Amino acid sequence: MKKRKLTLSQKRTLSGYLFILPWFIGFLVFYVRSLFMTTQFSLSELTMDVVNGGYTLEFVGLKNFLYAFTAHGSFKQILTTSVMDMVIDVPLIIFFSLFMALMLNRKFPGRTLVRAIFFLPVILNAEAIVDAVETATMMVATGVSASSQEMAAETVGMGMSYYIDLFGNLMIPKQLLGYIVGAVDRITSIISASGVQIVIFIAALQSIPGSLYEVAKIEGATAYETFWKVTFPMVMPHIITNVVYTVVDSFIDSDVVNLAYTTAFSDFNYGLSSVFSLVSTLVTCAILALVVSFIQKKTFYYN
Amino acid sequence: MIQFIKRFLKKHLSSLSDEATAMNERQALANSFKEFLMGLFRFIIILGICYMILAPVFGIISNSFFSNKDAYNPMVYLIPQDPTLERYEMAVEILDYLPTMIKSLVFSLILMLMQIFTCSMVGYGFARFDFPLKGLLFGCVVIMIVIPTHTIMLPLYMTFRLFDPFGLCTLIFGQPLSFMGTPVPMYIMTLFGCGLRSGLYIYIFNQFFRGLPKEIEEAALVDGAGIWYTYFRVMLPNAVPSVITVAVFSLVWQYNDTFFAKLFLIPQDQSIGIRISSLVANIANQYQIMDKTIQNLYLDAGIVLMMIPVVLIYVLLQKHFIEGVERSGIVG
Repeated sequence: MKKRKLTLSQKRTLSGYLFILPWFIGFLVFYVRSLFMTTQFSLSELTMDVVNGGYTLEFVGLKNFLYAFTAHGSFKQILTTSVMDMVIDVPLIIFFSLFMALMLNRKFPGRTLVRAIFFLPVILNAEAIVDAVETATMMVATGVSASSQEMAAETVGMGMSYYIDLFGNLMIPKQLLGYIVGAVDRITSIISASGVQIVIFIAALQSIPGSLYEVAKIEGATAYETFWKVTFPMVMPHIITNVVYTVVDSFIDSDVVNLAYTTAFSDFNYGLSSVFSLVSTLVTCAILALVVSFIQKKTFYYN
Repeated sequence: MIQFIKRFLKKHLSSLSDEATAMNERQALANSFKEFLMGLFRFIIILGICYMILAPVFGIISNSFFSNKDAYNPMVYLIPQDPTLERYEMAVEILDYLPTMIKSLVFSLILMLMQIFTCSMVGYGFARFDFPLKGLLFGCVVIMIVIPTHTIMLPLYMTFRLFDPFGLCTLIFGQPLSFMGTPVPMYIMTLFGCGLRSGLYIYIFNQFFRGLPKEIEEAALVDGAGIWYTYFRVMLPNAVPSVITVAVFSLVWQYNDTFFAKLFLIPQDQSIGIRISSLVANIANQYQIMDKTIQNLYLDAGIVLMMIPVVLIYVLLQKHFIEGVERSGIVG
């Protein structure tokens, strides 16, 4: 029998498929099938068979969903809090990291060291370390030994509220003030969540061709104008990357995830846990789609 | 050229009159003052933020040396008066430190190699070959990044509890296999490109390979190299920056991970993160130390022990790593 010969392009197509084959199998087995199973679980009552290790499903329709939204004590509240936290934090993280990237992009002595420090939170992202860092922040901020933390927190709180009132008297709207104070309160978590974003923005800033700045300078643009007319549009596409990364990252260790985890592995209510996971995922995806499509409309693509 | 002429004209027109020169000088002075102020502003902000990041880390380190007396002395701040190594001794003992650390590092290292192997291959496949449905398939990679792992944790748990893909295991061993309590699920998932944050790594490799010039491959092809030879001997060595990036990310994140470790009940002696999370309970049970403040001191010592290898790796590879992130463009 004559061996059939493939053309070069056919060969390349085939090897392209071969290259992605391992991932594709994994994706089918671990993601597509799992998503299907999660949906199935959420619609049924699941009983583990302890002896044989299997499980049986009993179809109960939307009962789990109804329970989660009408009867469960804390789900709705936790979901809203997680989403609200995200909505508040994401713009702060994006602006903060863009601001820091602008600062770090200049040449100054010790730049490598500073960048290494900024990336440290990404390296130290283990659950235990994060918790300990939070406690230690309190400890360091209050400036006394761990035992008298509460006392110190009180004194600091008093001093702060005086200054906040001062700004309130300057006719700055209450909501805006509250937002800013909240942001300052959470500065540690914002900083520790911005490591990757800062590096992405630095890379974006360095990829802007220098000739654009030259032109702006010759045309007499001020630094402010240059930022809004040159720098900002050029980093716009990377804002999308960063928003996606931030949203996903903030959802990975949110309270909803913990709730889904404990419901499944402490209360053994697998159906309900699947509902929690599914609903929170859908909410995340909806927010992402909304935000990305909104930014995409305003985005300017250089090439 | 036009730019040059513009600049030339500007320079000479402005020096036509003395007044203009004087004004220029004043402006130059004002500018340099402005620059100085900006520099100062930048310095203060960067210093402040570095402090915010480093202070808790130093706090943890100094805490781990506190003796009981120091912990209750309100006059002691950061520098212990009566430093002790007792916290470390006990933490090392309870964590079974050296064996556990080495085992979890080896575990993470194996997974790291798998991640690099699979993800670079897939990323290369997406970057350099054209095939039908490519857009859709790459969309699936993005979906993989976006979907939180907890959505699929239950099915994963079920899958590996009774591992029987397409009835293969029943065919060979007569019964489905249970992989709970072993690290095998992690190996399988990572090998098939679905490990911890594999989607992100595929994305990074894809971006990097797309940025490499096509001529390298064409030259290899003309010289008679096959597609696989080209990939392993020509393209992969060229991708060192992104390989380092992915290596550090996957090593460190795997080492820090407790989510999958808890889900698959990976044995304690292979995951230092799990040991740390039960450290406080162990201290309370075995040594009857119930005081929260003192317990935290032991926890701090444990955390310092856990951080040491990660920080060492980071400091060693730091320069290549940040360069790699920038050059391989996680960017789009």
